[in-house]
Amino acid sequence: MRSPTKGARAGRAGAVPYLFLAPAMALFALFMALPIGYTCYLSLRRIKVSGLGLGKGARKEVFAGLANYAAAIGDGELWAGWLRVLGYGALVLTLMLGLALVFALMLDATHVRLARFTRISIFLPYAVPGVAATLMWGFLYLPSLSPFGDHRFLGADLVTFSMANVAIWGGTGFNMLVLYTNLRAVPREYYEAAKIDGASELAIALRIKIPLLVPSIILTTVFSVIATIQVFTEPTTLRPLTNTISSTWSPLMKVYRDAFVTGDLYSAAATSMVIAAISLVLSFGFLRIVKNHAFGEGR
Amino acid sequence: MTATTLPGSRRHARPSPRRPLGIVPTVVLVLGAIYTLFPVSWVVIAATKSKAELFSTATFAPGTGLLSNLADLFAYRDGVFWLWLLNTILYAGGGAVLSTAVSTLSGYTLATYRFPGRNLIFNLLIGGILVPSVVLAIPQYLLLSAAGLAGTYWSVLLPQILHPYSIYLARVYARAAIPGSVLEAGRLDGASEWRLFRQVALPMMTPGMVTIFLFQFVAIWNNFLLPFIMLGDDHTFPLTVGLYTLLAAGANQPSLYNLIITGTMLSLIPLIALFLTMQRHWRTDLSGGAVKS
Repeated sequence: MRSPTKGARAGRAGAVPYLFLAPAMALFALFMALPIGYTCYLSLRRIKVSGLGLGKGARKEVFAGLANYAAAIGDGELWAGWLRVLGYGALVLTLMLGLALVFALMLDATHVRLARFTRISIFLPYAVPGVAATLMWGFLYLPSLSPFGDHRFLGADLVTFSMANVAIWGGTGFNMLVLYTNLRAVPREYYEAAKIDGASELAIALRIKIPLLVPSIILTTVFSVIATIQVFTEPTTLRPLTNTISSTWSPLMKVYRDAFVTGDLYSAAATSMVIAAISLVLSFGFLRIVKNHAFGEGR
Repeated sequence: MTATTLPGSRRHARPSPRRPLGIVPTVVLVLGAIYTLFPVSWVVIAATKSKAELFSTATFAPGTGLLSNLADLFAYRDGVFWLWLLNTILYAGGGAVLSTAVSTLSGYTLATYRFPGRNLIFNLLIGGILVPSVVLAIPQYLLLSAAGLAGTYWSVLLPQILHPYSIYLARVYARAAIPGSVLEAGRLDGASEWRLFRQVALPMMTPGMVTIFLFQFVAIWNNFLLPFIMLGDDHTFPLTVGLYTLLAAGANQPSLYNLIITGTMLSLIPLIALFLTMQRHWRTDLSGGAVKS
C-alpha cells in the first residue's frame, strides 16, 4: 500500500523477512499444519484386527476410506450432542450478545452514573477461568447451598439454562467492552445533528449507534459461534455435580471420550474434522449472509 | 471505585430535559454489575464458612472458618495447591512472553517489509483464527507423545506460543505506530535490519505488546482443554485442571466442599488483581486494536 519505498526495501531486505518470520512459520508447521494433516490422515484410517487380535502384527492400521466419517455422520449420540449444543448455543449467543450490546449502549448514554464501576464489574468475569466460573455457579445450583430455593438447576429440565448462564456470565463483559470501545471511537458530532432534530437518546441508539456497530457485532458473533460449538469446559466441570450431563453431552466431549477413554483415535479424528467443518461452514455462511444483508440494507 | 463517579454525577445534576433517561441506563448497568459480582462475592463469603456453617447459615452471612479452610487447602496432598498456582504462573507468564515475542516480530515483518509470498504467509498465519482447537488438541497430544514431551511443561507451553490473533494485532500496531520513513532513515545510516527492529520498532510497539501479553496471559491462565489433555501428573497441573480434579474427587463428599470453594476463591485473586491494576492498558489498547479490525 505504501509503495514509494517498495523497490528499495525489497532489494535490501533479501532473506531478512523470511528469517524474521521463521519462528512463527516453524510453530505454524509444527503445531497447526502438522496436527491438522495428522487428524485428516487418522480420520481415514482404522485398525484391522486379524485372528483373535493377539500376538504381533495382529492389529494393523489400514486405510479406511470415508468409513469413519460415515460412522460419525450416522452416529445418533453425536447428533443428540449437536442438538443439545444448538439449544445451548442459541441461548448463549442471543442473551450474551444481546446483553453485551445493551450494556455497551447504556455505558455510552449521556446521563449514566456509576459508569466506571459497572463497566469494570461487568468485565470482571473475563478474568475468571471457565472452570472457576462453573465451580462457583455449580455450587450455587446445588439445592443444599443455593440461595434460590429448592429448584433442580442441574436436573434434565434446567441444565441447559444453568450451563448457558455460566457462559453468558463469563462472556458478556468481554463482548460488551469490544462493542463499547467501538462506540467510543465514533466522533460525537455524528449524534449532534440528530439531537438538534430532537431525536431521543433511544432513537439515536437504534438508528445511528447500532448500525455503526454492525461490523463489530458480526465479528463478535463469529468468534462466539466458534467458541460455542466447541463447548467443553462448562459441561465437563459440571459433570461431577450431576448425573444429567453425559460424557458425550457436547460433540467435543464425545471426541475427548473417543480419543482418551475408549481409545478410538480414528473416529475421534473423523468427528473432530466434522466439528471443524461445521464451525467453518457456520462462520463463513454467517459472514456471507450478513454481508449480503448489510449491503442490501445499505443501498 | 465509586468515589470517582461522584463529581461526574454532580455535574449532570443540573436540570436537563432528557434527564429522566439517565436513570434507565444506570439501573440496567447496576443490575448487570450485581449479576456479575454475585457469584464472586458468594465464593468469597462461602470461603470464610466452616464445614457446618456452609450448609446452615444464611447465604451471605460471613463465617468463622476461613483460617481452617486455608490450612486444610494448603495441607491437601502436601500443598499441591501452591504447585498448581506456580505452574499456572509459569505457563501463563512463559507462554505469554514467548507468544508476544513471536507475534511482535511477525507482525512487524508483515507490516513493514515487501517480499514475495507475504500475503500467502499472512493468510496462512491468520487463517489459524478460524481453526477450532479441537482439530489441534488431539493430534498435538499424539505428536508430542511421539516426541516424548506429552505430560511435560513443554507440552502445555509450546502449543500456545503461536497465536494468530496476536500476530494480526501486532501487524495492526506496527502499521499504526511505525512510520516507514523512520526505518528508511535508519537504513541510510547503515543500521542492520535486526538493530532497526530492536532499537527503532520495538520501543514504538511497546504499548501494543503489553496488550498482546495481557490477552495471552489471560487466555493461557484460563485454558482448560489443552492441559487437561496433555498432563497426567498433578504436580504439573495448572489451577484450572487442579480445581477440576479437586471437584471430581470431592463432588460426592460435602465435607470437601469447603476445600473446593476456598481453592476457587484463591484462584480468582491473582488474575483479578492483575486485571484491576492493568485497567488502563485493557481500555486504551483494546480500542487501539478494535478500531482497526
